[in-house]
Amino acid sequence: MTPSALPLGDPAPADGVLPAQAALGAAERKFSLYAHIPFCAVRCGYCDFNTYTATELGGGASQDAYAATAVREVGFAAGAMEASGLPPRKLNTVFFGGGTPTLLPAGELTRILGAAVGQWGLEDGAEVTTEANPDSVTRDSLQELADGGFTRVSFGMQSAVPHVLKVLDRTHSPERVPQAVAWAREAGLNVSLDLIYGTPGESLADWETSVRTALGYGPDHISAYSLIVEEGTKLAAQIRRGQVPGIDDDDHALKYELADALFGEAGLSWYEVSNWSRTPEDACRHNLAYWRGDDWWGVGPGAHSHMGGVRWWNVKHPTAYANRLEAGQSPAAGRETLDADTRELERIMLTSRLSDGLAIDTLNPSGRHAVAGLIAGGLIDPVKAFHGTLVLTLKGRLLGDAVTRALLD
Amino acid sequence: MSPMARTAPVPAATDPAIIRNFCIIAHIDHGKSTLADRMLQLTGVVQQRDMKAQYLDRMDIERERGITIKSQAVRIPWELDGTSYCLNMIDTPGHVDFTYEVSRSLAACEGAILLVDAAQGIEAQTLANLYLAMENNLTIIPVLNKIDLPAAQPEKYAAELANLIGGRPEDVLQVSGKTGMGVEALLDQIVRELPAPVGDPQAPARAMIFDSVYDTYRGVVTYVRVIDGKLTPREKIQMMSTRATHELLEIGVSSPEPQPSKGLGVGEVGYLITGVKDVRQSKVGDTVTTFVKPAAEALPGYHDAKPMVFSGLYPMDGTDYPVLRDALEKLMLNDAALIYEPETSAALGFGFRVGFLGLLHLEITRERLEREHNLDLISTAPNVEYQVTLEDKRVIKVTNPSEYPSGKIAEVREPMVAATILAPTEFVGAIMELCQTRRGILGGMDYLSEDRVEIRYRLPLAEIVFDFFDILKSKTRGYGSLDWKADGDQVADLVKVDILLQGEQVDAFSAITHRDKAYAYGVMMTGKLRELIPRQQFEVPIQAAIGARIIARESIRAIRKDVLAKCYGGDISRKRKLLEKQKEGKKRMKMVGRVEVPQEAFIAALTTGESPKDKSKK
Repeated sequence: MTPSALPLGDPAPADGVLPAQAALGAAERKFSLYAHIPFCAVRCGYCDFNTYTATELGGGASQDAYAATAVREVGFAAGAMEASGLPPRKLNTVFFGGGTPTLLPAGELTRILGAAVGQWGLEDGAEVTTEANPDSVTRDSLQELADGGFTRVSFGMQSAVPHVLKVLDRTHSPERVPQAVAWAREAGLNVSLDLIYGTPGESLADWETSVRTALGYGPDHISAYSLIVEEGTKLAAQIRRGQVPGIDDDDHALKYELADALFGEAGLSWYEVSNWSRTPEDACRHNLAYWRGDDWWGVGPGAHSHMGGVRWWNVKHPTAYANRLEAGQSPAAGRETLDADTRELERIMLTSRLSDGLAIDTLNPSGRHAVAGLIAGGLIDPVKAFHGTLVLTLKGRLLGDAVTRALLD
Repeated sequence: MSPMARTAPVPAATDPAIIRNFCIIAHIDHGKSTLADRMLQLTGVVQQRDMKAQYLDRMDIERERGITIKSQAVRIPWELDGTSYCLNMIDTPGHVDFTYEVSRSLAACEGAILLVDAAQGIEAQTLANLYLAMENNLTIIPVLNKIDLPAAQPEKYAAELANLIGGRPEDVLQVSGKTGMGVEALLDQIVRELPAPVGDPQAPARAMIFDSVYDTYRGVVTYVRVIDGKLTPREKIQMMSTRATHELLEIGVSSPEPQPSKGLGVGEVGYLITGVKDVRQSKVGDTVTTFVKPAAEALPGYHDAKPMVFSGLYPMDGTDYPVLRDALEKLMLNDAALIYEPETSAALGFGFRVGFLGLLHLEITRERLEREHNLDLISTAPNVEYQVTLEDKRVIKVTNPSEYPSGKIAEVREPMVAATILAPTEFVGAIMELCQTRRGILGGMDYLSEDRVEIRYRLPLAEIVFDFFDILKSKTRGYGSLDWKADGDQVADLVKVDILLQGEQVDAFSAITHRDKAYAYGVMMTGKLRELIPRQQFEVPIQAAIGARIIARESIRAIRKDVLAKCYGGDISRKRKLLEKQKEGKKRMKMVGRVEVPQEAFIAALTTGESPKDKSKK
């Protein structure tokens, strides 16, 4: 998943060589790959991701040629990492996101995966996920993915309620989801469902229906996000014009609490603010890599990458992206090299969101000083804090950014 | 048409008979500075290429606001019928806050140009200054300005002026400072009509200070008008109010750049430099004499500037306190009317209680402190000085609600003002309603012309310092104007209203109000704070109370969600930047107990009566 607006940063060199900092300690860090598939059947009204409908693009950016372009970046990545002094590492996790990756034929996805595995190899028990739209998979395509090395599929279910799906511009019919889940199970894939709450017009009862329905499909993992109205989206314009009601944070809070309770009853536990899994092993290891500051290379237009405190992002438009790679140049649009303070800020910001929590003795004195106030405010678990780990309470998860700010003061 | 003077009279050797001392009385935007600029240009004292718009207004704030705070004097040569004359133009502040300074400027003159916008007519402050001029027996030359404007109504306002000061409408001069039309005729008229100064050249020297300005390089520059005798360089002078003596390092005239001279004689206007660093040693209204041959009697009219409005000034960032202290010290050098003392607020930390002549003085001072010293300041709601008599007959002065005694009070007296409001007659009803709700007592009403009226009210000063003028302006669609002067005091039924956040009193929001208005204040302030204070992680009750009795309450619901749901690879940089921004924002928060109150809340809640929504549009 790549948000549309790219950060401002430093320019990135055409040869893709990274600042020296990227290689420091790399042997001890795990390595992941993200592959962005920038295609969707339709553009959803709430979505600000870097994605395009089938007919919008041509050349190396077209759907037919895209896999070859992505494979080209895999090769480029290997060369750039080597030139930057990074040791060869096997892939710990791979994640195909979009867009709708499954709009590409399964063979194209496995072709990209195959190129990456051929390049770097896979660690034993590596996690390989693709996002999928329930409409864009079949029994055969899911089997083909599993056979090609995928271990996990994450379905964009979003809601079980038709009028909510309509506001979101989602095209799939709710009945399609259990079918897709069943095929994925048959193929031996681990299954995750994505849900969105707080869509304009969604009642608390609608949301409860969605949660209960999703749980009824027996997923190993659920991600539940509050709807974020991004500037520039169709939904933002509709809200601005008063055509649909705006977003209410209190409503979001109530729905989060309801979902957390229902997930808990069904045996799923939170491991990150917006993510729940049946067992710790079912947690999405690829996403954990983001939160734990591992290294990853992001392939595809607008994709973000991170290596040892160097973050960069590719040019957004698929055509520009394809042109760069065809010319043998880095597709990076810009990058930033984080200093120690900024890396520490990110570490606190990201690990405080996890149920594994944040070791309190790694905080600076003012951060440690804030801990008592967070306990008093009911934002962190007191017993875990006594044992040296900062872990959010339910209230704290809803006020996670406030906790981070308190720790950063 | 008069030519530019070929030979300018020499300072210290100028016959009083060829001197004309005058000032221009005008409302803020009626074009006084433009006219003055035009005069400087026509008489050749400022070359075209040196011309800055509004040459005499030196401070940035003055130029931006188009108003004059500090007066200065310029010596202008002008020839009429073959004689070279020396005109001294004394620039006066135009605002009611500076009435005393205006009166001293007027006392330095024999005549005044009454300058009125031909499209707007006379305003209350102008009228007030006109009264002061007449009290000082000045000869008035009525002039309509901006007659080039399409909206000008010269006949109508000439009649109004003639009605006011006597004379015939056709004697009212018509000029345009912008185009220069009629300005030469005005200069001729000044020479013809204004009396020459009269004084005794043999008597001990007496010169009246009408302004003193602190200059970083030269120290205090004192502007004087010589009444009797003569001042010469290098002699020892004495201030008659304090008997302090100073060496006269330099004496001269402004034209408009300073030009040292061999002295100043009877009727002349110029500047003195003694090397002192504090304008308090050179007070406006004081009489300068010589140490060797001192005058027996000071000139009349001197008194110390008396602050009328008090406000707490606090640095937004507590570590800026020393910067604020130094800044006030510096400002004081240049502003004899400014007084201050350290003060501590539980909500705002360390700051100063500062006394001002009025609200404009407060605003200008705050703006200068912020701009010239790079400070972020919070100013608390302006207060007047109350005289509180306790049951044991002890009398205390209260300029800050937090000093208001909580025990038994026998009597409270509040300062009163005599207010004059000018407005078109159609607004009389609205104005009377406003004054009535402000506890005013009608003193009288006069028609200036068929459609303009002067209304006089006696009002508590406290009722006009907060938002009276803004409301008057809006109720009269901008046409109403206000002037006021102190008018004794009165016994009043006053109470202190406290504001509590989460049960904790916020001293900065306390107010002393009339008992009948306490409830309205409580409702207004709690309502405003509910809008201004962001939601916290806990519910925040906001209460207004008199003593232990709660009179109004509001509540800010706890924030329940403050977390970004999605935080994946591409979101990290974005989210980090958002957090860094929020961190910056938090620095602009003041902690009141556990409640984070943004600076904007203090400013919006304390400075005006308008709702925060209106405020944010500006």
